[in-house]
Amino acid sequence: MNKESSASSDGILKIEEVNRTYYDDDGHRVEALQKINLSVRRGEFLSIIGSSGCGKTTLLRLIAGLDQPESGRLTLNGKPITGPDPQRGYVFQQGGLFPWLTVEKNIAAGLKARGVYRQNKDLVAYFIQLVGLQDFAKSYPHQISGGMAQRVAIARALINNPDVLLLDEPMGALDSFTRADLQDKLLELHRENKTTMLLVTHDVDEAIYLSDRIVIMTPRPGRISEILEVNLPHPRHRGGTEFLHLRRRILEKLHLASAMPPPEYTI
Amino acid sequence: MDDLPDILPARPLFPAGQKKQLPPEERRIPMKQWGVHFTLTLLGFAVAIAVNRWVKQTANVVIKTYTVAGFPLTFNTLYRLIIGGLLLFYAVSGLFSYSDPERRNKFTSRAPFRLVMGLVLAVWDILGTKLLLLPQPFFPGPAKILEPFLMEANFIWENILYSLRLFAAGFTLGVILGIGTGILIGWFPKVYYWFYPLLKMTGVIPAVAWMPFALTLFPTPFSAAVFLIVICGWFSIASLTAQGIQSTPKALFEVARTLGAKTPYLVFRVAIPQAMPEIFTGIANANGFAFTTLVMAEMMGQPGGLGYYINLSKVWSAYYKVFAAILVMAILFSLIMKIIGLVRARVLRWQKGWVKE
Ligand SMILES: Nc1ncnc2c1ncn2[C@@H]1O[C@H](COP(=O)(O)OP(=O)(O)OP(=O)(O)O)[C@@H](O)[C@H]1O
Ligand SMILES: [Mg+2]
Repeated sequence: MNKESSASSDGILKIEEVNRTYYDDDGHRVEALQKINLSVRRGEFLSIIGSSGCGKTTLLRLIAGLDQPESGRLTLNGKPITGPDPQRGYVFQQGGLFPWLTVEKNIAAGLKARGVYRQNKDLVAYFIQLVGLQDFAKSYPHQISGGMAQRVAIARALINNPDVLLLDEPMGALDSFTRADLQDKLLELHRENKTTMLLVTHDVDEAIYLSDRIVIMTPRPGRISEILEVNLPHPRHRGGTEFLHLRRRILEKLHLASAMPPPEYTI
Repeated sequence: MDDLPDILPARPLFPAGQKKQLPPEERRIPMKQWGVHFTLTLLGFAVAIAVNRWVKQTANVVIKTYTVAGFPLTFNTLYRLIIGGLLLFYAVSGLFSYSDPERRNKFTSRAPFRLVMGLVLAVWDILGTKLLLLPQPFFPGPAKILEPFLMEANFIWENILYSLRLFAAGFTLGVILGIGTGILIGWFPKVYYWFYPLLKMTGVIPAVAWMPFALTLFPTPFSAAVFLIVICGWFSIASLTAQGIQSTPKALFEVARTLGAKTPYLVFRVAIPQAMPEIFTGIANANGFAFTTLVMAEMMGQPGGLGYYINLSKVWSAYYKVFAAILVMAILFSLIMKIIGLVRARVLRWQKGWVKE
């Protein structure tokens, strides 16, 4: 299975002792991230889960190179991360499609931005096919559904053949049917492209259904409280005993960790 | 003139493959009503023609006959030909609209207007030419207004071309300069800091105020007028372009950068497309100012152009020529607006639903 192979080639992406502090409007320190250590294996599907404000987006932005850490090191393939780069694809929380480009051209944007469109034209059709949007290639973003928009955003990031794909709650705004659909699509893409995936989510079931490992984060200060291995074969059954057992464990961890009333989780 | 284009034709955009939306059931025009509206439309024009043809000319008006391409024509015949043409056009487009509910709706909604237009022409004809009850020579009849096109078509045409050339040169330059400086101001904070206040202050000055200055500074009257039109386009377009560029959501730049985009892509493929709605608002504003400035400039010292023609005619108290020039302007400027509107609708077809003003 996927797991053994990924375990052997350890640490494509390394995060060491990373801190990031913000100051809010009143000048109070917000420890968005404190002493984060994480080593992501090549080809693995890793989920980051935690309540709102625990620094998930902050962590993803640091990896994407859109933000700099206060202290600590981030490296990809041994090289320090200094800024955005197409080898680290990013799917934003709201999709962030260019509204003036058709689905097709949105997907091609990465090739154009890197100046390699001419040589790789065929890729566009391939990725449209991959996310199942052949019939909407010429539609504008406002003409497609939220689920389709997220698929476009994923295809757009994947076309650059990134080493790591960062996904910030790509399914946050979707209904449960579309969500289940897109989850299977993600697994399929992961299987076919062997891209390392880093998925931020609020949804415990989603994390268990998709991931090889789950990182649990806790807020104020934003910290990693635990990393869990999910040793279940695919396709996973959401009602299975082991699934439910794992689910209960994670929920307990999350409740214990935050001395606050339990946040809501979607099923 | 009900079909003269609006400044910016607002038209719903229908996504590819989606059916056109019909108006709600209760607002659709039934077939029988269509017949009434069809008749009304034609009736107005028919009355106008009949009045011109059969109401007796009691006033002492000289009606000269011109020969155009071998045919003898008076302004009355030309007038009837044109109204007849309109009648034919509406008859055909009316019949054409019969089978399509949406077109039928559109056709019938304007029918009362067309009826009144025909009747107004008829009344005007009687008062202005037939009985000469309106104060002359200030208010000639509608047919008389067409006489200049028989008398001096070539001269009018030359002046139209002069105006068009002036407009084309000034407006294109204004748009290019406006968008260019707008991008610089919107993109570079330093440029914004130093030039935006200047832009804001000079932007409120009507371009014609620069006239004396322009006339002394530029070698030819033509270039002076171009300068004035450039100015009025420039400021409006530059400030709106700058605003558009600055309003680009930060997230879109971040998306682009994670896709591997460098600065040129961020400027030309993110900021500028995102600013296009504002840029077009600027262009539409500038367009209005440009017409005003154009005519003013021509009336104050150009060797040609429709403004010049008006001025010249006024000197001879030939007010029917003034009206003729105004008619040409109405058609010409509307056409230009229409073209800009079409370009805009095409460029902004990605916008949701209606093209917003
Ligand atoms: N640019 C910023 N300026 C000030 N504070 C910030 C900034 N970005 C994030 N923060 C703060 O850092 C903390 C972590 O934010 P972050 O967006 O990473 O949370 P999150 O885990 O992604 O939350 P959510 O699940 O709601 O998206 C929050 O308390 C937030 O208020
Ligand atoms: Mg977030």
